Amino acid sequence: MNMVRLTIDDREIRASEGITILEAAKSAGITIPTLCYHERLNPIGSCRMCVVEVDGQSEPVTACTTPVADGFVIKTQSDRLYHLRQEALKRILVNHPLDCPVCDKAGACMLQDLTFEYNIQAVDCPAPKRNFIPSYQTTFIKHWPERCILCLRCANACKEVQCIGAIDVTDTDDGPQLTFNRDKCVSCGECVQICPVGGMLEKKSSYRWRSWETTKIRTTCPYCGVGCQQLLHVKNGRIVQVTGVEDAQPNKGRLCVKGRYGFDFIYSEDRLKTPLIKENGQFREATWDEALDLITRKFKEIIASHGPDAIAGVSCARSINEDSYNMQKLFRAVIGTNNIDHCART
Amino acid sequence: MFLVIGSNMTEAHPVASTFLKNAVQSGAQLILVDPRKQKLADFAQVHAQIKVGSDIAFLNSLMCVLIEEDIYDHKFVESCTIGFKELKEKVMDYSPEKASAICGVSPDMIRDIARRLAATRPCMLCYTLGITEHTCGKNNVMSTANLQMLLGNMGVECGGVNPLRGQNNVQGACDMGALPNVFPGYQKVGDLDVQAKFEKAWNVDHLPGKVGLMIPQMMDGLVTGAVKAFYIFGENLANTEPDIKKVEHELASAEFIVCQDIFQTETTRFAHVILPAAAWSENDGTFSSSERRVSRVRAASLPPGEAKPNWWIFKQIAKRMGHDWQSDSAREIWDNEISQLAPAFAGIKYSRLEGDGLQWPCTHDQHPGTCFLHKDGEFTCGLGQFVPVDWTPPAEVADAEYPLVLSTGRRLYHYHTRTQTGRCKGLNDLLSEETADISLDDAKLLCIEPGEIIRVKSRRGEVTLKARITPEVPKGMVWMAFHFREACANWLTNAAFDPATLTAEYKACAVTIEKINA
Repeated sequence: MNMVRLTIDDREIRASEGITILEAAKSAGITIPTLCYHERLNPIGSCRMCVVEVDGQSEPVTACTTPVADGFVIKTQSDRLYHLRQEALKRILVNHPLDCPVCDKAGACMLQDLTFEYNIQAVDCPAPKRNFIPSYQTTFIKHWPERCILCLRCANACKEVQCIGAIDVTDTDDGPQLTFNRDKCVSCGECVQICPVGGMLEKKSSYRWRSWETTKIRTTCPYCGVGCQQLLHVKNGRIVQVTGVEDAQPNKGRLCVKGRYGFDFIYSEDRLKTPLIKENGQFREATWDEALDLITRKFKEIIASHGPDAIAGVSCARSINEDSYNMQKLFRAVIGTNNIDHCART
Repeated sequence: MFLVIGSNMTEAHPVASTFLKNAVQSGAQLILVDPRKQKLADFAQVHAQIKVGSDIAFLNSLMCVLIEEDIYDHKFVESCTIGFKELKEKVMDYSPEKASAICGVSPDMIRDIARRLAATRPCMLCYTLGITEHTCGKNNVMSTANLQMLLGNMGVECGGVNPLRGQNNVQGACDMGALPNVFPGYQKVGDLDVQAKFEKAWNVDHLPGKVGLMIPQMMDGLVTGAVKAFYIFGENLANTEPDIKKVEHELASAEFIVCQDIFQTETTRFAHVILPAAAWSENDGTFSSSERRVSRVRAASLPPGEAKPNWWIFKQIAKRMGHDWQSDSAREIWDNEISQLAPAFAGIKYSRLEGDGLQWPCTHDQHPGTCFLHKDGEFTCGLGQFVPVDWTPPAEVADAEYPLVLSTGRRLYHYHTRTQTGRCKGLNDLLSEETADISLDDAKLLCIEPGEIIRVKSRRGEVTLKARITPEVPKGMVWMAFHFREACANWLTNAAFDPATLTAEYKACAVTIEKINA
């Protein structure tokens, strides 16, 4: 890979040929504001927040789409750029209500943060209210066209990342709008995770929370064998949302519909809460001591009269390694049989 | 390049499938081998729509072409494998013309696929239960390995044979020795040194040296009386095992059943004692994924009521039977026992699992983990052993009385018997009932309308459910899942097993379909 030399904000940088100004700046620890750009997507270049000045070029360029070249001298901060970014934000805010107090995304919204950072107090002339096509929703996700800033992250993620292509941009009399193909959509929620504003939101949890109220706990998905890394958003000891861990192996932020929305079975009222012992064909609640004593007594009796091989066990391929380890240890070391198996053969 | 055989990963391993599709969109080739025109068919350059249970004939024929046209990897075969002569003798019997009659793929397509495989390296072969859930499951797996060795696609990144494990921790349950023939880390039962090591570590005088029973043998034993007590931890056998009537008879025959679970299930009905367990996200621990990656699982909320971590329950039973186990958390169990006793996990400690986890083998503290196995063609056993195998038909094939083949699997919106996904808000809205997926041709022949309630019958049982008429399914096939109790495919499936692995033939049995209002 050929390397090029360039200067960003008076710092000399070496970068691989072919990468963008944004990537080169990032690798040098220099932050350029972005909104539509996402590391997991090809550059979109729709928001113009990442404009930078390149010496010798009269007009600023978007850092996310412009490749570095040898000798570039780049400025990421200037009065002109500040003003251009303010203008870019105002163009977006003309069509985006400042309804942050009632928006689920408040506190985790890139537009909210940038509006604050660029000190935009008000938008001079809000656009007349547009006629939105009825918003798209499934049982888990909902599009809020009023808040959509048409950055196209969601459409590109649906196509590039999930390879589904359920989201398109359609020109209407009221300008471009997102349209959704219900037959293609599988409610994976990638669009929700990647939306920088409150344009795509979850419908799953009946609980209300603000992002700053939740603790984020990294864990591994309980469904298939891929081992996706999840971030559990927990408020008051209860999971309210699940997202994919960006940059994590093996899933790089992605989840499927079960991984993202299949978490609340643990809160079901049907959960077993006490040991149960069957008497006269009916289960009755029991204490742990009763249940464990009964099991131990039966096992001892069976071992005494029929030998340890008259006991067999099936472990669980859903539970943690340490559970399976202890179960096989119980069978081998305590009961004295290798009659331990699990569903690997089914 | 990818060769995907017997894997509907879009529904069963959705996130893995996105990476494969990304690669295809970036120029990788995909050859799909599957009886159904499933989603991956839209991405594949070639879709070999083989008949159910004809995998070995198809794979042997690919190898026949590779050898006949002399386009296999001579260097790899000569330096890294043994048994080529025997393999050659066997596969030369499977000319594309002969195999075509068995698998239904044209001789031209077989030759085309073989040439594509020879021309592009490396190629990753991915399989799932479409390969293993047959009476010839073990031989199917052997065939995939034979093919990849013949192509020299072993021991390289993006190559190899990649089984996508069905459940989040089925890899881990194997790794932990929840198998009748191995201790944790695949150390063999019957090996006296291994036995002595575990006897010392577990502070017991004697460990059993005789290989134990596999699940189907245990279930048989419940009926014969050889097995008196059955301890079922987190499995809903009454729905997941083939031939539900038979399974329920077996469970009902048990003298004493302990179920340890998070819910009452169809299986817990047969229990004498039910123990309430902590669920995912209610205790700390680890899962091991398909790629042998050990990742952390963390507690986020408390178990309900008196529910307890499973490891704790086993420890309490051990204690009552006179064994005082020291480890008192999942972390202590892993760090102080598992990684001490299994060389493959020796370098894995909780302190090293904070980020992306580690892929075993990971043999010491500084070991970075192992991304792919058999590097440089060095196999665990030394040289790679070709194991030539013959095609055998499924145990039950279509006939005049039961003229269709039932194949089963999973659908995207639910997981197994819905003990979990059925209790998640919203998932039932996305898929609320089972369907019998049938072809346009068969629907037309029997005058079945989309969504019409039909009866599907096998020699073992019958279910009534909606017909889903779809181009995904070829003529002559019915496809169903096992997510919903009433219309569970396992009322129909055949309890015929691979003789070595005792994996059941969920992928093929004979059925007939009938209109209810004929």
